[in-house]
Amino acid sequence: MSLWNKHAIFEKNSIILLIGVLIVISIGGLVEIMPLFYMKNTIEKVEGVRPYTPLELAGRDIYVREGCYLCHSQMIRALGDEVERYGHYSLAAESMYDHPFQWGSKRNGPDLARVGAKYSDEWHRQHLADPRSVVSASIMPGYPWLARNELDVKHLSDNLRVQQIEGVPYTAEQVENAAIDARAQASEDHPGAKAFGKRYPTAVARNYGGQPGRVTEADALIAYLQMLGTSVDFKIYDEKANIR
Amino acid sequence: MTQTDKHADIDSHTGMHTTGHEWDGIKELNTPLPRWWVNILYATIVWAFFYCIAYPAIPLIQSFTPGVLGWSSRQGVNDDLAKLRERRAPIVAALSKASLQEIEQNPQLRTFAIAQGKAAFGDNCAPCHGAGGGGSKGYPNLNDDDWLWGGSLDQIAATINHGARSDDDQTHAGMMPAFGRDGMLKPKEISDVADYVRSLSGLTQPAGVDLKAGAKIFADNCASCHGEKGQGNLELGAPNLTDAIWLYGSDKDVIVDGLKNGRGGVMPAWAGRLDATTIKALTVYVHTLGGGR
Repeated sequence: MSLWNKHAIFEKNSIILLIGVLIVISIGGLVEIMPLFYMKNTIEKVEGVRPYTPLELAGRDIYVREGCYLCHSQMIRALGDEVERYGHYSLAAESMYDHPFQWGSKRNGPDLARVGAKYSDEWHRQHLADPRSVVSASIMPGYPWLARNELDVKHLSDNLRVQQIEGVPYTAEQVENAAIDARAQASEDHPGAKAFGKRYPTAVARNYGGQPGRVTEADALIAYLQMLGTSVDFKIYDEKANIR
Repeated sequence: MTQTDKHADIDSHTGMHTTGHEWDGIKELNTPLPRWWVNILYATIVWAFFYCIAYPAIPLIQSFTPGVLGWSSRQGVNDDLAKLRERRAPIVAALSKASLQEIEQNPQLRTFAIAQGKAAFGDNCAPCHGAGGGGSKGYPNLNDDDWLWGGSLDQIAATINHGARSDDDQTHAGMMPAFGRDGMLKPKEISDVADYVRSLSGLTQPAGVDLKAGAKIFADNCASCHGEKGQGNLELGAPNLTDAIWLYGSDKDVIVDGLKNGRGGVMPAWAGRLDATTIKALTVYVHTLGGGR
């Protein structure tokens, strides 16, 4: 039996075929995916990227819960027309604290990687509750319950702890104060504002949801949306060092 | 039948080898793959080999092989954009050198500015101000002659650059106080002054409305910003109350709500986000919508 006829073994035994398929696919994975975990230049070294605050993290969970990623990507590709429309292409570093990442692949709506600070909080409030009240041609569904639902901060500490296991550098102090930090970031004059500012020096605290005295899911989601893509200052970003 | 003699078995009708499988006298032909197909397969394998040498491909310890052509996707987009900038350079340079007034007078520059401004408007401004600048509740209509912060070229440029009530240092800052919430006016007074404000633009009033009381409250509390006659003040962004243009609506409930809780719509500052030439183009475009006054 010549070597060229050995394929008959795979074709006649389904289990051997299955094992063969698994081996071939894992070689592909080992060669294409594994190196990204150890190669030094996978994630650029940039200044400014910080872990999410508890409020933003809660907003991110709402983003995932409501399935926003099904219609919105968060990945500006390195293509001329995308950079013209959305701004600087996304860096790997900008989603280094995303577990899981929200790059997405579907754009029924626009890319959101740099939507932060582009529109006012009030616009986001109206747009989330009733998209067509501000953008008449929009096909996005409304999410009016976000402004009604009180934000659940009970499990925020656990949430941060899980992120810690994933490798996000939260301190024990940040984990412990997650719930109070979320409330402090969602209001203008919270007693915990100073401590929050110390723990997250570059985060912005204000009443995102616009309802005095209440911290709703809209507060969290808008806080998250308003910081997307804003952490890297591209005026000081070293373009040449990260050409690859 | 053994492996060795199966290829000896030739089908008498087609002259082809059979696979040696036979069911009730029906045999399976062992037709080879078309030659052209097999050749393409070999060609792609050879192509892949050279591709790996030419382009970034093989992962190593620190990085990956860069490929002999030295191509990179990031350098690629930078080159594309550089080419685009080069093509636009003459007109962009002319645009950035010219003042807003000069652009307005030069037909070629004006056409270019309007085209570029329209594109930038669609992506950056339309979500609030509407695709045609028609605005919506709380977001000013840019097509009419009513301008909160002024409709001249320079005034529009200032508003786009620094926004309204944004975090920019030079932003327009005036805002409507919350007369009700902060206890400056009582509910009855708010109701009276709301009636008076509605009368300024000639809206019909229900019978028995006491405009005199409202006028007094207006003079004491509102005239400092909105003017004695309610004609508004561009410095403070205090709307003209005598025209029939309403940012939030002309119903009494809406006006009472504004008096109670205040108003202060936010427009982001675009100076850091868009480059100076784009803002110039936007200014000229917005000015064509309803500028003047």
